[in-house]
Amino acid sequence: MRKVAVVGIGETKFSGPQDKTEVELFAEAAMDAINGSNLKSKDIQALYVGNVLGDFSEGQGMVQSFAAENIGAFNVPASRFEGACASATMAIRDAFMWVASGFYDIVLAGGVERAASMGTPLATRTFAMFSDSRYEYPSGITFPAVFAMLTHLYAKQYNIPLAKLKEQMAFTSVQAYKYGLLNPKAHLHKEVTVDMVLKGFTVCSPLQLHDCCPFSDGAATIVLASEEAAKKLTDKPVFITGIGQASSGPLSNQNDYLPRLRARELSSRQAYDMAGIKPDDVDVAEIHDCFSIANLIAAEGLGFFEYGKSGEAWEKGEADIGGKVAINISGGLKSKGHPIGATGAGQVYEIVKQLRGEADSGRQAPDPKIGLTDTLGGDGGTLCTLILERGW
Amino acid sequence: MEYKLTFKEFNNALKKDKLLGLKCSQCSSITVPPKMVCRQCASPELEVVEMIGKGTIKTFTTVNVAAEGREAEVPYTIVMVELEEGPWLMGNLIDIDPSKATMELIGRKVEMGHKVFPGDKYSAGDMARPLFHFVS
Repeated sequence: MRKVAVVGIGETKFSGPQDKTEVELFAEAAMDAINGSNLKSKDIQALYVGNVLGDFSEGQGMVQSFAAENIGAFNVPASRFEGACASATMAIRDAFMWVASGFYDIVLAGGVERAASMGTPLATRTFAMFSDSRYEYPSGITFPAVFAMLTHLYAKQYNIPLAKLKEQMAFTSVQAYKYGLLNPKAHLHKEVTVDMVLKGFTVCSPLQLHDCCPFSDGAATIVLASEEAAKKLTDKPVFITGIGQASSGPLSNQNDYLPRLRARELSSRQAYDMAGIKPDDVDVAEIHDCFSIANLIAAEGLGFFEYGKSGEAWEKGEADIGGKVAINISGGLKSKGHPIGATGAGQVYEIVKQLRGEADSGRQAPDPKIGLTDTLGGDGGTLCTLILERGW
Repeated sequence: MEYKLTFKEFNNALKKDKLLGLKCSQCSSITVPPKMVCRQCASPELEVVEMIGKGTIKTFTTVNVAAEGREAEVPYTIVMVELEEGPWLMGNLIDIDPSKATMELIGRKVEMGHKVFPGDKYSAGDMARPLFHFVS
């Protein structure tokens, strides 16, 4: 397999409901990535697009083909990827494979979503389509309900009093908001304290408002190129050195592992092995903090902290800049936002910025060399991992 | 290969408070809800068996924000129950004030009835779910 580099990135602001269409959002992010790669749209040989609910949010299926035509990548093969919230990372992983195999030299990958535009009732209904529709949705399962149940399981499994665990979870939200405030592309710009998190409206017990990420609109894209093509385009290539993806069945059938998510552990091990690195080698990570408890479960499944100890690690600053690994210093899904079909590409956008040393003032990790993205789809049904390394 | 226990058959039985599952002829594991093969060893050699419908609460949540079309149901409590035969099953818990669901629920013994979700425009029909109550 050939080495594959990210040579350009683009991202819209992540936001609440707004007026731009999915094609328009994707096109804005795509042109930034193409221009930043010193390329033209006609140089793109294929599109790989994450999009989950366009059918519901604006009655638009097959957005990838219209997006390709819209940006001037006329008639190229365009494929849509749907793995709930992990869709964009699935798209990037496949794009990587097509370039690594030698079939293409330059492709565009990313994603787009208008989750906020759907409004909370429809978004809650459609997000619940990524739980088991026959055997679990009849009970009224929703996404916060999944992670609420994982919170109670986590407290029981690791024998942590729920009040203590809730404080630790709140601390992860506070850290996310702190960095989101420094990120102009973030959806939620708020100063939030632990006390404010613990006084929020209860969405699904024990998860309160600030334990939950927002529904967001937005798009993010990257241009991938073979090592040889990348040499002519940039002197700062970021290589994708490890990829992973795994699946699981419905939540109840994951019972042998819960609250751990088996697919994450398998996916991340694939990526670490391929890159030839260990969790301790990662300098910056964007992990799937759709809910505050998801931070703790993810950081443990990725091997950053011991099982049941992530909350303590966050409180000690181990997940902050200057700690063991700087986690979600973009603001994460919590503050930067969660336009689900675009989220994974947004994570890669952030890691590339960090590795290039181009992150916003106040949230640049000191000289990072290795970054990781972790993207979760559904209630553990799809997990993707990417490892990115500075190529200069 | 024909599906041994379809959703329709499982659902019709649940509507009569009967919980059906599959027992593996190779490893004896129980698979609930039904699948094509044993969820532990992937063998397709399965026989339909009836569960006794009792188990232990492993986790729970009370939902306050509804999905579109289910606004009248909130607040309600969802539980995941470990059946006496081993598998976990999601359902709703009655017999409690949903706003007072606490960690004390974990470990409580429950048994099963059912309630029908009438379905919505996306659900391709109605579906029963287990409705658990405490074992007295």
